[in-house]
Amino acid sequence: MIQAGVIGVGQTKYDAKRRDVSMGGLVREAIDNAMLAANVEWDAIDAVILGKAPDMFEGVVMPELCLADAVGAVGKPVLRVHTAGSVGGSTGVIAATHVCSGQFKTVLTVTFEKQSESNATWALSPRYPYSPHINAGAGGYFAPFIREYIRRYDAPEHIGWKVAVKDRLNALKNPLAHLHIPGIDEKMVSDTPMLWEPLRYLESCPSSDGACAMVITSKDLVGSRDVAWIKGMAVRSEGTLSAGRDEVNPQAGIDCAKDIYDQAGITNPYKEIDCAEIYVPFSWYEPMWLENLGFCNLGEGWKLTDKDATAIDGEMPFNMSGGVMSSNPIGASGMIRFGEAALQVMGKANDHQVEDAKVAMGHAYGGAAQFFAMWIVSSSLD
Amino acid sequence: MSEEEKKDYAESPINLEYHYTAGSATTRFLNQVKEGKIVGQSCPKCSAVYVPPRGSCPRCGVATNIEVPLTDKGCIESFTIVHIPIPGNPIVPPYVCAMIRLDGANISFLHLIQGIDVEEIRIGMRIQAVWKPKDEWTHSLENIKWFTPIDEPDVDVATLRFQES
Amino acid sequence: MKKVAIVGYAQHPILENAGALNEVELIMPVVHQLFDELGISQNNIDFTCSGSCDYLQGAAFAFVEGLSAIQTNPPIKESHVEMDAAWAMYESMLKIQMGDADTALIYGFGKSSPGRLDSIISLQMDPYYISPLWPDRVSLAAIQARVLLEKNIIAPEQMISAVIEARTNSKNNKNALVTELVDKEAYLASEKISSPLNEFDCPPISDGSSAMIIASEEKANEFTDHPIIIEGIDHRIESSNIGSRDLSKPSGILASIEQLKLEKIKFDVAELHTQFSHEVPYLQSVLNLSDVPTNLSGGPLVGNVMMCAGLDAIGKTYEALKSNDLTNGLAHASSGPCLQHNMLVHLEKKS
Repeated sequence: MIQAGVIGVGQTKYDAKRRDVSMGGLVREAIDNAMLAANVEWDAIDAVILGKAPDMFEGVVMPELCLADAVGAVGKPVLRVHTAGSVGGSTGVIAATHVCSGQFKTVLTVTFEKQSESNATWALSPRYPYSPHINAGAGGYFAPFIREYIRRYDAPEHIGWKVAVKDRLNALKNPLAHLHIPGIDEKMVSDTPMLWEPLRYLESCPSSDGACAMVITSKDLVGSRDVAWIKGMAVRSEGTLSAGRDEVNPQAGIDCAKDIYDQAGITNPYKEIDCAEIYVPFSWYEPMWLENLGFCNLGEGWKLTDKDATAIDGEMPFNMSGGVMSSNPIGASGMIRFGEAALQVMGKANDHQVEDAKVAMGHAYGGAAQFFAMWIVSSSLD
Repeated sequence: MSEEEKKDYAESPINLEYHYTAGSATTRFLNQVKEGKIVGQSCPKCSAVYVPPRGSCPRCGVATNIEVPLTDKGCIESFTIVHIPIPGNPIVPPYVCAMIRLDGANISFLHLIQGIDVEEIRIGMRIQAVWKPKDEWTHSLENIKWFTPIDEPDVDVATLRFQES
Repeated sequence: MKKVAIVGYAQHPILENAGALNEVELIMPVVHQLFDELGISQNNIDFTCSGSCDYLQGAAFAFVEGLSAIQTNPPIKESHVEMDAAWAMYESMLKIQMGDADTALIYGFGKSSPGRLDSIISLQMDPYYISPLWPDRVSLAAIQARVLLEKNIIAPEQMISAVIEARTNSKNNKNALVTELVDKEAYLASEKISSPLNEFDCPPISDGSSAMIIASEEKANEFTDHPIIIEGIDHRIESSNIGSRDLSKPSGILASIEQLKLEKIKFDVAELHTQFSHEVPYLQSVLNLSDVPTNLSGGPLVGNVMMCAGLDAIGKTYEALKSNDLTNGLAHASSGPCLQHNMLVHLEKKS
């Protein structure tokens, strides 16, 4: 297989409303940053791969058409990916696939969401005939799975608060993060209103505007640039309403993780992966994914969180950037995980850098916890 | 400068009208719901029972073409207590939104739980549908106002996971 | 470069209103038809990719509903493009070329009947300046038709011929939605929708689905003695700003022709994703197809399932090569107003 690496990651400042830029301006901000970091010019870009979550979030149908100029795709191939919340991750995988296929040398990939342009809750809860109108948004959908996790493994309530605090303290080290909450602690989290029990306000992700871009190139064009080598990448999906599906610990997530570990030659992820950016939109998904991704046995995830293993200086740092809990431009959230993992192994994560990070994991999930995209990046090819 | 001139955005509402259709599997199901009956559909390969049906068994990738009458009793597979209002829904928070697993079904669906103090609701609790008056029945699961607990022993939800026989 | 071949294609009969069928019920029959023809199941498929558009149905996750038609136990390698399924085929081909898959299932589905396609397509335009003016799809196409007529790149008679031929060719296509013949008098008597386009110049509102299976050349040889190879494929997008485009010069298509060295190939058959009558002579001229049988299926003018019609052009070209003593076929898929984004596919049957 052709080897490929990330040579540039670019992000926007994340915020609730980026009214200072249009949709085109938002994606271009991330693209300019990525191309500057990669030190490539437009004539080097062979194709553009664009991802975002449902078009209804902005009210634009198939936005690759109206953004063709803004993303620099005119005269080039452009592909638009939509795999629900996992789209940022799967767009990264498809962009790398363009290079690994041998058809393209260098590609630009960009993902975005400008949630302030529309009403995401409306887009997610339209009133359809025939079905009871009790949809309470994403939090209302995932809260029952979280409650079942807590019941199964007898996890104490403060675990959710801990993750909420840890990720927001990390965000203070990331100037691009949407939420900066100085002095956040478990009491502050537990004092915030309950939204979808057991999830409190500060245990939930914000709704953000933002974009993330990457430049991916083939081994022969990397030259002397800093690079995050892609050592494994995979996607897995399972049907929403499938009898026997375990929503708490989805088989698609287990299989997807195993696939990338096998590709990267990883047998013990907890020991061999230095840090991970994992899609945690609600605090409790940290312990749930620790288990689903094989970092520990079932029922042990919350114990790892409890003993600070996932802190930035812990044994298995999770979401050093502040994660989805601190910035959530939905369509870009997965690519931010992939890009932040790349920044870590390139040694470019600035104040939220994990010391000596050599191998990092990026992860995204979407739909009813049924779509998964993951990758492993490394500072070396060996 | 006036407030209007300073505004950095403009509202541009989009109104799209759709004429939804339910499709065959859902039509079969809702025709029964209109009569106050819940009829699931089962997979001819693995026998899993789907309610409400979408017309397929994603385990096997085949159409669920066998009708299976069910009762309106079941258990709570999991739930959340929602403290924020649903846009466009008059229900007053806090209310309970639960994954309802009907007896004999192999998937659950979301519906409301009422008739009990929210603090007493448990995973595994037995429940039954409370229907609207018959003259209000339409082609919708909203014919069921909500589910309410019944005096039967709790179910161990671990035993609910579908295993192919 | 690893060669990839098409080994199967199936199309649902195109319907005016598929209200009796949900996404699952539209997709499953075409997928099962392919599996039965090839004697395989989802377990033999390494990668699955679909194309659809949420706004057509007015559901934020239409493709998620559609996935329920597919066996996903064990979980599958799967992705989705919010584009015509021709681009799902493109992505699947890359997966095979990188060595991550030997076989891929592609499907597309579209139901234009529940909503108003004119309004939905307006939302493809720039959301700040153009969409709030609600330009409809026929008017946008008419702007390009007018440019082509004024510059004498096409003639009104060619548009009439395109319509008459499409209706005549619909007899070759068991899935066509519109099959009534049209003559010149009826055409000329028809009222304009947006001048110069009348109702016969426009495609019918259509519902349907299609599926395709592709495989590495090696794997394809297990299915057939005469694999139909994707010998060349290229796609390019043009500016979103119609005012900055020369609507009589398809810069993206011209670049693809050069990239694929198409001028050297003598095509036996072509299927073009031409939704409006003027696009037929225009692209025939651009692609040098004047002597090449084009749109023998009738093309989008007799059935135009959004998000499938591009894949259908590839599928119909495949079928023409498969069932006849022909070697080279050209398929075209397109997206966006005034042929903004175009894909060219050169298919070749190996003897």
